[in-house]
Amino acid sequence: MSPDFLIALTMLTNFALVATSRINKAIQLAVVQGVLLGLVPLAMGLGRHVHILVVALAAVAVKGWLIPYLMRRAARQLQIRREVDPYIGFTVSLMLCAAGTGLSLLVAHSLPLKPGTPYPLLVPAALATLFTGFLILVSRRKALTQVVGYLVLENGIYLFGLLLVEEMPVLVETGILLDLFVGVFVMGIVINHIRVAFDSVDTRHLAELKD
Amino acid sequence: MAWYLIALPLAAALLAFVIPAPGLRARLLPLTAVLHLIGVVFTLRHWHTLPATAWLGLDALGGWVLLVISVLFCICAFYAPAYLALRPDRDHRILSTSLLSFLGLASLLALSRHPGMVWVAMETTTLVTAPLIYFNRNRRSLEATWKYLVIGSVGIALALLGTMFIAYSAHMGGVEEPLHYTRLMAEAGHLSRPWLRAGFVLVLVGYGTKMGLAPMHTWKPDAYGETPGLVGALLAGGVTSCAFLALLRIYAVMVAAGEAAFARELFVAFGMISMTWALVFMVRQTDFKRLLAYSSVEHMGILVFGVGIGGTAARFALFHLAANALVKSVLFLSAGNIHRSYASKQIPDVTGAIRRTPVSGWLFLLGFLAITGLPPFAPFLSEFNIAAGAIGTGHFLAGFAFLLLLGGIFLAMSDTVLQVVFGTPSPQRVRTPYRDTLATTAPLIVALSLALVLGLWLPRPLQAMLDKATELLNGTSQVALVEVQP
Repeated sequence: MSPDFLIALTMLTNFALVATSRINKAIQLAVVQGVLLGLVPLAMGLGRHVHILVVALAAVAVKGWLIPYLMRRAARQLQIRREVDPYIGFTVSLMLCAAGTGLSLLVAHSLPLKPGTPYPLLVPAALATLFTGFLILVSRRKALTQVVGYLVLENGIYLFGLLLVEEMPVLVETGILLDLFVGVFVMGIVINHIRVAFDSVDTRHLAELKD
Repeated sequence: MAWYLIALPLAAALLAFVIPAPGLRARLLPLTAVLHLIGVVFTLRHWHTLPATAWLGLDALGGWVLLVISVLFCICAFYAPAYLALRPDRDHRILSTSLLSFLGLASLLALSRHPGMVWVAMETTTLVTAPLIYFNRNRRSLEATWKYLVIGSVGIALALLGTMFIAYSAHMGGVEEPLHYTRLMAEAGHLSRPWLRAGFVLVLVGYGTKMGLAPMHTWKPDAYGETPGLVGALLAGGVTSCAFLALLRIYAVMVAAGEAAFARELFVAFGMISMTWALVFMVRQTDFKRLLAYSSVEHMGILVFGVGIGGTAARFALFHLAANALVKSVLFLSAGNIHRSYASKQIPDVTGAIRRTPVSGWLFLLGFLAITGLPPFAPFLSEFNIAAGAIGTGHFLAGFAFLLLLGGIFLAMSDTVLQVVFGTPSPQRVRTPYRDTLATTAPLIVALSLALVLGLWLPRPLQAMLDKATELLNGTSQVALVEVQP
């Protein structure tokens, strides 16, 4: 599979993520996106570097298995089925996502790539994914969905990192791994506390503090 | 010596985690703080040239910030045992471990010579400070922790993307890893401009979120409002200073690349927005801890505003970092004492603190006067000089707006503070056993005295350090040649 095809699929998952109304579906889509992104470096022929292979495998393992496992467990214990519960409607979200993707293409156009870079889609896809993650993060009420948003945002950064990973492996890899760590462990722990304290992971309960 | 500054607090954190006795564990804090401060002062005494490829080393800017953090940590650490003794019901194993780890990671951040390492240090400080906010283990503190984590993580993710953008701009210019700051600044002319600018904006938003610049500050009032005053003081003076330093490092690269004008405009704009936003939310604020949080937003605004104006204003912005940290520690710790005494942090419940807890009441009042610019305290010196610098360099509008905002903030804050301090005590308040003791007030008195001394006299070595750090920010020096040997 060509990397451009995988990247295009990633951009499509963005739209599916924004439009989904079920938490299980959202988790599934995040898994699909995570695995797709794990395959991109292999399709780009970066598999010959052992360290990149390790990071890609770690990303697939964490995003494809560990995170969905933790999140599904939380969702099951709370008996959440279709609770994405957006502040913004799905149609508007989709339109915003489309606008964001268009904007990303425009912005990426004004950022020149190093001559000879074979993947012109990488930067716009990274920005679009980042934007989608941000959109999910701010427009959904459930803590679990917000974590999905954070993961998508992180996927965008991972995608951009692929542009640099051959030249600056240490910077990119530590960044990606640490970000994953935050996503999984810390937010997982806090979600667990929220569940215990409120018997729910609705962040609407987290609205006592305001001016 | 660099390793000592990082490893000592981390080793102490490990020790704090295994020590079972709470009293002993609490005493580990001041001990580590003093040893760390001695280490910092000792390191700063010997100046050498550092090889450009060194990964760790203190330059004037990092040294100044680390000195401020170390002094602040010392004040908080001496306050901590008495405070923790007041709350025997709370296990402080996690709190002590987190506090000490924070000191180690702040040292790592100040010493790092590579943007990636700085990012890692900043990310880990977010992780270790999150449990501090959850110290009270109730729903409100959980909410504050969730917001802190989500907003902070997004900020830090954007900062990572910004760092990668800057790395790509170097890659395009033919500058390859390892991208130490020294290297980035020396070859700044080759960096690709569009990527550098975009990277700077992302880094500004990212680290600005951690600093608490408006409009990315929304976690701040919640986090500062729900944590113990002890943690609030460290967050307001320590974590924010770390993020500011990380931002200044990239700013220095921008200046070296000749993009100073672009960066400065953004700094001035964010400074003005933060101060204005803080003023709006300070008016009729009934929660005095949230009031302090907005004051912190304001002072982060002053810091970036001063650096954005440049020249002497940049020098006094760096000086303001110390002034703000010292006075904020007085305010947060005395607010913590008052909170202990009244078991509330809301205005109608808390009035007449000066009669109930006279020392804390006076300290809170004096701290308020100091932070809003009463001479001869240190914040007056910096705020006055930043305004003078703005007007002196032709930024008339910005300079006058700055003064106007300071005046407005003084009025808005005084409304709440005067009620807390004076006011008529209502008869049916809850009575708590808390009384001011030497242990809960002496560290505050020391901090306030330091702020007073700094306002009148700055020791010569510190002046030299500030001058060097300012040269780095104003682009008037040759790339950070003078460094401290680790």
